[in-house]
Amino acid sequence: MTHEKKTPLIRLAKRDGMEAWKIWCIRVGSILAALLLGALVMALVGTNPVTAYGTILSGALGKKTAVRQTVKIAIPLLGCALAIAPCFKMRFWNIGAEGQITAGAIAASYFALFWAGRVPGPMLLVIMGLAGAIAGGIWALIPAFFKAKWNTNETLFTLMMNYIIIGVVRWLQGGPWEGRKGSQIIPQFDAAACLPRVLGVHCGWIIVLVLVVFMHVYMNHTKHGYEIAVIGDSVNTARYAGMNVGRIMMRTMFLSGAISGLVGFIVASGANNTLYDGVAGGVGFTSITVAWLSQLNAFAMVAISMLLAVLEKGAETLQTRMAVPTSISDIITGILLFCMLGCEFFINYRLIFRKKEGAK
Amino acid sequence: MEKTVCAIELRGITKRFGEVVANDGIDLQLNRGEILSLLGENGSGKTTLMNMLSGIYFPDEGEILAGGRPVSIRSPKDAFANGIGMIHQHYKLVDVFTATENIVLGLEESGKLDIKAAEGRVQAICDRYGFDLDPAQKIYNMSVSQKQTVEIVKVLYRGAEILILDEPTAVLTPQETNKLFDVLRTMRADGKAIVIITHKLHEVMALSDKVAVLRKGKYIGTVKTGETSPQALTDMMVGRSVALNIDRPRYENPVKRLEVKNLTCLDAEGVKRLDNVSFTAMGGEILGIAGIAGSGQRELLEAIAGLYPVASGEILYSPEGKEPASLVGRTPMQIKKAGVAMAFVPEDRLGMGLVGSMGMTGNMMLRSWRKGRTAFVNRKDPNELALQIWKELEVVTPSTEFPVRRMSGGNVQKVLVGREIASAPSVLMTAYAVRGLDINTSYTIYNLLTEQKMKGVAVIYVGEDLDVLLELCDRILVLCGGQVSGVVDARTAAKDQIGLMMTRMGGKEVHHDA
Repeated sequence: MTHEKKTPLIRLAKRDGMEAWKIWCIRVGSILAALLLGALVMALVGTNPVTAYGTILSGALGKKTAVRQTVKIAIPLLGCALAIAPCFKMRFWNIGAEGQITAGAIAASYFALFWAGRVPGPMLLVIMGLAGAIAGGIWALIPAFFKAKWNTNETLFTLMMNYIIIGVVRWLQGGPWEGRKGSQIIPQFDAAACLPRVLGVHCGWIIVLVLVVFMHVYMNHTKHGYEIAVIGDSVNTARYAGMNVGRIMMRTMFLSGAISGLVGFIVASGANNTLYDGVAGGVGFTSITVAWLSQLNAFAMVAISMLLAVLEKGAETLQTRMAVPTSISDIITGILLFCMLGCEFFINYRLIFRKKEGAK
Repeated sequence: MEKTVCAIELRGITKRFGEVVANDGIDLQLNRGEILSLLGENGSGKTTLMNMLSGIYFPDEGEILAGGRPVSIRSPKDAFANGIGMIHQHYKLVDVFTATENIVLGLEESGKLDIKAAEGRVQAICDRYGFDLDPAQKIYNMSVSQKQTVEIVKVLYRGAEILILDEPTAVLTPQETNKLFDVLRTMRADGKAIVIITHKLHEVMALSDKVAVLRKGKYIGTVKTGETSPQALTDMMVGRSVALNIDRPRYENPVKRLEVKNLTCLDAEGVKRLDNVSFTAMGGEILGIAGIAGSGQRELLEAIAGLYPVASGEILYSPEGKEPASLVGRTPMQIKKAGVAMAFVPEDRLGMGLVGSMGMTGNMMLRSWRKGRTAFVNRKDPNELALQIWKELEVVTPSTEFPVRRMSGGNVQKVLVGREIASAPSVLMTAYAVRGLDINTSYTIYNLLTEQKMKGVAVIYVGEDLDVLLELCDRILVLCGGQVSGVVDARTAAKDQIGLMMTRMGGKEVHHDA
């Protein structure tokens, strides 16, 4: 009888309520699988995977200076992930953090370049931070306003806004703010406009850690956080409960943009000490990954942004010490993200394989 | 004696979804020329079982025999190859196509598509069974019952010998239901085997030859319709004896609470959804609203709640001993701030009334989240309310933080109705409050509504089961195509009379065009 053979080979079944320890086993397993796959890639290009992984770790965390550089990479990632978390919770797909960082950096740079010396140092930094936050907030408010008023597509809108603002920086670099004629470079900030160092890293890390606590409280314990969660679940329910959806969207986007703008200030003032068109450098996009991998949990973002920073810093060391191209470590990062996101599938679904039937 | 030929047989069918056993070792047998009613409360596994026959799910265990030989049904295509056709609750038709185009859609016949010849074949099927259908009519010009006819002809066209109908009468008027039953009887005489999923007992009694009862995924038994009674079937379904009547006390002196005058509402496309609707809802009364699905019930309730734009007309709320206040043009929050205690149980529970991803506590907060002067939310009071509803309405959930989306339909509804009643309303609006609920929970809800009525609340009950409307309500407003076709006294009105009002407006036929 051919009947049994017709049973599908693999079927999917939704599973419900897995125990927490099993979920963590799957997650840890997925990271191990990613490392194994990465080792395979490295072996294929003729590198010893064990020493390569060792180099990544020691390169990122081996020395004090290395740790400082790794933290420096993690700061904007973490700050920006915190910024987009409320938008994503609201299911407002803000992929314009890149532009919002840049807008904040421009506003902060204006004060750094033209107000230095006119106001006391600490005051200047506060003004720069505020200006960055307001500029980033307004840059984010524009797509939110159009979405609230005419229901435009926020994904395209925020994405396009990125290119506009980066263009503005290029114009500033070659035009009004250019330092030495023909250099296409904006001059270095005055020392008063640079963030002071604490434990060897610019004090942006303190700011983002404060933001972690703020965002956790904001999302979980405030009325605003509750409104955001309801809208993210169902806009109709929010209207039913008497929420002004458009206003909440604009308010949340302003907040999100303001945090991104603050990150822009931190990067320009703390890390680069100047403004250039690569000030955001893809952080606005990578932070989306950080936010999702952390499942919008503010504390998990600290760990995830550090993990990505370790990989990035380690890859640099890998290149200088073992001449492994950074593209290889990009591949490994990609594999890691793929496995970590992919394992959620096994948490939500169960595979059923065709059972072998006894011979008839 | 008639010779019986077995059309389809199920043996030990089991289907699990995660931890939930939707079907547990079900045996079922159906002969040709027979109508079988599959009876069971919501969640008892009727639809899951039939979905396995029509190739949507694949059973985990057990076997299906068609015409005496075991078959494997992995897709709807396999189902058709075995002569099984299912008519789903939600029709799957292309609006801009004609009936015939929809019927032949997806059929892989060799050669050029000859739509004229297909139309002829469709017409032949219609003539044979007495369907009233124009093969060249576009779907968007059709009424709900005509669309259903297209779905039935579609499976017949594909040569189905076994027809499964999932709650076919839910969207039909009593008259349309009778017409459908006549057609089904003709098909039975023609030797087709028919399964009808329903939970309306009087339909089971009127139509079927035998009844199979499922309860919580288990097969309880099959009885001959002639040898049973609605009470006996209910007891089989529920597993114990249930009283099937609704207490309808009279409230001493009802007062005018809500007055709607010449209300007209347009949708986003500018189509009139409500047309010059006027009525009064009294405190201490349950006002039923009857009508075919989509006759403006949803728009009416949402307009009163401030969620649907009003084009013209007036909605007046009369508080105890005060001047009436207008609700038109106000948002839900403004209505609440104006002191109108309005509770609303919308049709779309998880999409409008509740937040699916939150637990009971988070959902209680939907009514109270704004309270307090600080920026922080108060979770303590909502949590106490959640605990109280959990206990009083016997909600089945592991905790007050368990996402309501993962609760069963009946428990979801208890959370929603419980919250709305707890807000101590003076107007309580409910849309399809018992849809998808088991018999016990339904009666719990009916009692809660009557309790509210006796407290002097103006209750508005939009329902689909005319028998319940006639038993529960004091007056019934009948809607048809967005217009009021009349208000009747529920204690004296006849079902047929309401059925006619649902399709006709003062004697003239309603057109289904926009």
